[in-house]
Amino acid sequence: MKLPFFPEQASAMAQQVDAISLFAVSISFVAGVGIVAVLTWLGLRYRRSHRDEVGSAGHSSNLLEIIWSVIPGIIFIGLFFWGAKIYFENYRIPPDAVRYYVVGKQWMWKYQHPSGNREINDFHVPVDTPIELVVTSEDVIHSFFVPALRVKRDAVPGRYSTTWFEANRTGTFDIFCAEYCGAEHSLMIGKLHVMEQHDYEEWLEGNEPAQSLAMSGAALFEQNSCGTCHRSDSSARAPILDGIYGREIALLGGGVIVADDAYIRESIMNPQAKVVAGYQPIMPTFQGQLREEEILELISYIQSLGKKAESRTEAAAAVSDEGE
Amino acid sequence: MSSAALHTQSDTNYLNDGFGIRSWLLTTDHKRIAILYLITNTLFFFMGSVMAALIRIELLTPEGDLVQPDMYNRLFTMHGVIMVFLFLIPTIPAVFGNFLIPIMIGAKDLAFPRLNLGSWYVFNVGAALIFYSIFKGGLDTGWTFYVPFSSTYSATNVMTAAVGIFIAGFASIMTGLNFLVTIHRMRAPGMTWFRMPLFVWAHYATSIIILLGTPVVAVTILMVGAERVLHLGIFDPAYGGDPILFQHLFWFYSHPAVYIMVLPAMGIQSELVAGMCRNRVFGYRAVCYASVAIAVLGFLVWGHHMYTTGQSPYAGTIFSFLTMLVAVPSAVKTFNWTATLYRGSISWETPMIYAAAFIGLFIIGGTTGVMLGTLGIDVHVHDTYFVVAHFHYVMVGVTMMGFMGGLHYWWPKITGRMYDAFWSKISALLIFVGFNLTFFPQFLLGYMGMPRRYHAYPEQWQTLNVLSTAGASVLGIGFVLPAIYFLWSLKKGKKAEANPWGAVGLEWEISSPPISHNFEETPVVINEAYDYQAGHVGVIPSTEKEADLV
Repeated sequence: MKLPFFPEQASAMAQQVDAISLFAVSISFVAGVGIVAVLTWLGLRYRRSHRDEVGSAGHSSNLLEIIWSVIPGIIFIGLFFWGAKIYFENYRIPPDAVRYYVVGKQWMWKYQHPSGNREINDFHVPVDTPIELVVTSEDVIHSFFVPALRVKRDAVPGRYSTTWFEANRTGTFDIFCAEYCGAEHSLMIGKLHVMEQHDYEEWLEGNEPAQSLAMSGAALFEQNSCGTCHRSDSSARAPILDGIYGREIALLGGGVIVADDAYIRESIMNPQAKVVAGYQPIMPTFQGQLREEEILELISYIQSLGKKAESRTEAAAAVSDEGE
Repeated sequence: MSSAALHTQSDTNYLNDGFGIRSWLLTTDHKRIAILYLITNTLFFFMGSVMAALIRIELLTPEGDLVQPDMYNRLFTMHGVIMVFLFLIPTIPAVFGNFLIPIMIGAKDLAFPRLNLGSWYVFNVGAALIFYSIFKGGLDTGWTFYVPFSSTYSATNVMTAAVGIFIAGFASIMTGLNFLVTIHRMRAPGMTWFRMPLFVWAHYATSIIILLGTPVVAVTILMVGAERVLHLGIFDPAYGGDPILFQHLFWFYSHPAVYIMVLPAMGIQSELVAGMCRNRVFGYRAVCYASVAIAVLGFLVWGHHMYTTGQSPYAGTIFSFLTMLVAVPSAVKTFNWTATLYRGSISWETPMIYAAAFIGLFIIGGTTGVMLGTLGIDVHVHDTYFVVAHFHYVMVGVTMMGFMGGLHYWWPKITGRMYDAFWSKISALLIFVGFNLTFFPQFLLGYMGMPRRYHAYPEQWQTLNVLSTAGASVLGIGFVLPAIYFLWSLKKGKKAEANPWGAVGLEWEISSPPISHNFEETPVVINEAYDYQAGHVGVIPSTEKEADLV
């Protein structure tokens, strides 16, 4: 179904959003036409007939006030519930979703596939597959926006925001940056290429076979000598990272936290913020030494260290629950 | 229609009570200060409009060809900053509020006349800094000043402009405080709360928002400054801050600021509808309470600007729900204004055309606001032209219609002259048509996915953009006409009677233009607002007994 002035629909979410929008527009149209009709009729009917004529006595009606408060109120609240339902679907990442990383940077979009492939601006994804996006930024705030999917998520520096989509048709769709980000904001655009599963796999192979994210992360782990302290064979100066991903850990000074993407990022960039119980705050910061994509690779590596220890579901829950 | 006139038409009035430049620049007369504001703010409006015109010309073609991207970003930023902070927020209270509140409640002036004059100077110092930042290389952060772009990345005059806004905010606070004290303490005998015109109620609600909200934006600006200069980690994650915190603080002020813009215009709307229909506003008390409800609920909905930031979905849900609640009093007002026409005596003079245009535009602005408050819809249209269209419908459709309607309604009272009836109607129609042609296509563009603040855009959106620019030209003509016929009326216009519309209200019971102290003697208020049966609301004390006999 392609309505005029509606962008193409490439996901079930798009249909849902269009349905509620159409509903809201229709109700508004009916109400608006109604009010304008009444206004016009009254305006003509009660035109001033002679110079000194005045209106009839002051009037009010509690019944009318109640009616025209309650009826719009009910409609608004109905819209609220419907809209909230769609919004929560946007937030609830399906357990079988495959995770892709999106990093905004003045003025380009960079993507990392789970296979380790990287792309800039053009983004290839398989059709009919739930795809989780972890969105962040390397500098200012951007916003990843695909009108055909009715999906938008801000890329905020220092924060991982997640959303997901499942494209239900192949094709090429626009990607925009929706949050003003400086001089070339309007050139920060890309294309989403939704492909058949086998085409996607061919595409992955056809492109320089990259290291997986976790492997790149392992190399970074090596380069930055993280293993000097984070050693699994010693009582060491730092927590053992095996199986830590997605698990609850106790903090120095009380409290627990789930070791999700956000926490791991914080621990790399600002290690003193939340130290694991039983350890000293001795880790140096890597602020300014690692790019956002490298941090994501490190996170993937840490995640891979504990594959047996945790299931995919818990990790997804931990991430999607990422609050304030 | 018997009228116990409070005035004797005299030759002296506030306009000819002193002619030198000092008599204007050092005046403490609330009416003259209103005129000072009217002159400066109209000038600011035209400067903001020139930038809008350049933006629309750039967007005629998909390529960014008229100006460089850097220049384009400066244009929409300065358009927004000037229009929001130097026109929409201050103008109706500072011009009409200043001129009318004391008169409407039967007072000789505001409670603090010198503070009132001081506010105009403070405002202009703020405006001067904003213009200085513009002419010394501009500002490119968008009027929203989102960090870390504004705090770390922008190389333009962020701090100068921010300090300008900070200072202009104090002028707002001074005005709001003055109104609150005046409305509490200076009402004439008999002017009870529920006898006050709805214009005064609307300004009362607005003043509360100004006093509670403006300090928050002031503090936020100080924090951006502290971060830019001292590198304190408040907002920038590089220093350990949180950029989303800025958005919370910014919208905590800037969403209520929308109500600072629209509530006074709604107050004007109530006066226009009552005056032109010669009828008491339907559901007077409901409209009073709706103003106060909007002021209170308006503080609790700021998070609806942040549904896509990654703010907790539960917070988003609460903000969405509260947004639905704040829409109810706005709807109630619309129904009451419409119902006021019932059994009225309607004159379709220019102010009434603006009042009708107000309702038409407010329906579109309001219902699209409800759509934006709906979580599932907002994610798609957030930060697109849908939002641009919506807030122009609200800010321009409501605030500008209110301002223009008010100007045409009270111009005879303010200047003592009548303007050209024919051309003012043509102008009102041009503005209405031009406005819709400019902004309605932007709803469609937004839903199709065109993000806001785009210097260049994909070709498929050109037709609608051309329509929008065409509409802006019509709108431009619509706004140039009043500049001509109003100025003309000052020299050649017919002298206005005290009550050219046959309306009821204390301001229509004194001469046009009023004398410096408004009333020869403090009036006693004996009727409710808009009492068209009695035909007047006040009497002079000495004639009170006679009035009782009538």
